[in-house]
Amino acid sequence: MTARAPAIEVRDLRHSYGDLAVLKGVDLEVPRGRIVALLGSNGAGKTTLVRILSTLLRADAGVATVDGHDVAASPAEVRAAISLTGQLSAVDDILTGRENLVLVARLRRVPGPGGVADALLARFGLAEAGARRVGTYSGGMRRRLDIAMSLVGEPSVVFLDEPTTGLDPEARREAWAAVRALADGGTTVLLTTQTLDEAERLADRIAILHEGRIIVDGTLDELRALIPAPTVEYVERQPTLEEVFLAVVGGKDRS
Amino acid sequence: MTAIADTRILTGRSLRHISRSPDTIITTALMPVAFLLLFVYVLGGAIETGTGSYVTYLLPGILVITIASSVSYTAFRLFLDLQSGIFERFHSMPVSRPSVLWAHVVTSLVATFVSLAAVVAVALVMGFRSSAGLGAWLGVIGILALLTLALTWLAVIPGLTATSADGASAFAYPLILLPFVSSAFVPTESMPGPVRWFAEHQPVTAIVDSVRALLAGGSVGSDLWIALAWCVGMLAVAYAFAMAAYRRRVA
Repeated sequence: MTARAPAIEVRDLRHSYGDLAVLKGVDLEVPRGRIVALLGSNGAGKTTLVRILSTLLRADAGVATVDGHDVAASPAEVRAAISLTGQLSAVDDILTGRENLVLVARLRRVPGPGGVADALLARFGLAEAGARRVGTYSGGMRRRLDIAMSLVGEPSVVFLDEPTTGLDPEARREAWAAVRALADGGTTVLLTTQTLDEAERLADRIAILHEGRIIVDGTLDELRALIPAPTVEYVERQPTLEEVFLAVVGGKDRS
Repeated sequence: MTAIADTRILTGRSLRHISRSPDTIITTALMPVAFLLLFVYVLGGAIETGTGSYVTYLLPGILVITIASSVSYTAFRLFLDLQSGIFERFHSMPVSRPSVLWAHVVTSLVATFVSLAAVVAVALVMGFRSSAGLGAWLGVIGILALLTLALTWLAVIPGLTATSADGASAFAYPLILLPFVSSAFVPTESMPGPVRWFAEHQPVTAIVDSVRALLAGGSVGSDLWIALAWCVGMLAVAYAFAMAAYRRRVA
């Protein structure tokens, strides 16, 4: 591991699908141990960028390094350093939760795969469900398992591509808690989202990808400073529908 | 070697899929067994093969049908893995990429041979008998394994390129019908000119005739070499196209 290099460094990265240019010169730097949210609307190229960084897609031009390794020149080293949680929960429905974790641990040659699996099941609140087939899991449980599978072997960089898309409010909070637990362990997280709320809650830094370029990159406070100072108004704060929903269904606020 | 270890781990995963849903093995064996029953007990009485027992005559062709129906599940399983995103997870991990495909190929071989054993067991109950020795049986297993391997790599192509689960498995229908226009059910001598020419020059006839001769304990002759040439040729072509399709799918 190169100690001082940023976890992710992207310089003038370009990619097109046929005539459609999706990334038109992306520059991005993600410091180690931070959660960076990549914000952008549908089709902005977030997933394309993540797929290039996780060696699933080759860029047309530009340089990208992850954990000090060039994604095009040394994909094997990059794969050893990262893990990817895609938009679909890439879990095996026919295996049990524990078997899914053991499978990943064996493929990563982690010593003691059974112990690693049990520890992760406990950490993500899946200990009781561990012996059940994943096909019987709820959406939130699948996502938690998915994120747990990304942690096997303690990769230094984790990519989460829209980790809460399609989840109900409670499951979303479960996923948020899981992501925060990741960063607390010193892992670098690059997550993509189109929900501003999610970026605000989770990320140390926010990068906005728009029309193929990163147009803004900074902390939330830095981003706030970009617009004129707000005028102070007093309004009665109504509970949001989400707060009402969670109160009525008795969900615990785990975020 | 890490690629072999990866293949072993991933094969364990897909074999567990099969052992947890044995219905794929049962449905694979079901259609060939139905053909066996239909042809032996309904149509067989009217078919003149010039040999003793019709079930013994019929079995080699039925085994070819079993393989064709089994590999369609390989295409289906491959398609599901691509759809579910688990392929991408493996590809973003330090896992040998060919292993991800080879695991499905090895699983296909194992599943096919379980189905073949089930079909042979039914044939034995129906009166199939063979005077073949150990060497001839090994020859039969070898030919069937080679054919399974060739058709499995053929199945990998729709598995990787299909846009729906039905499309992924539909490629097997022509393969299942091909034995009907061969020496599998009736001797080719009874067919009209052009059909007979096709039947005598397509791979199923050479394969079926070789297996039939080996099971009868007789000499195989040039059929064996034609059968092996077809299998190796199909394997090489299918493998090349499957690998090209795979490279197109992954960066």
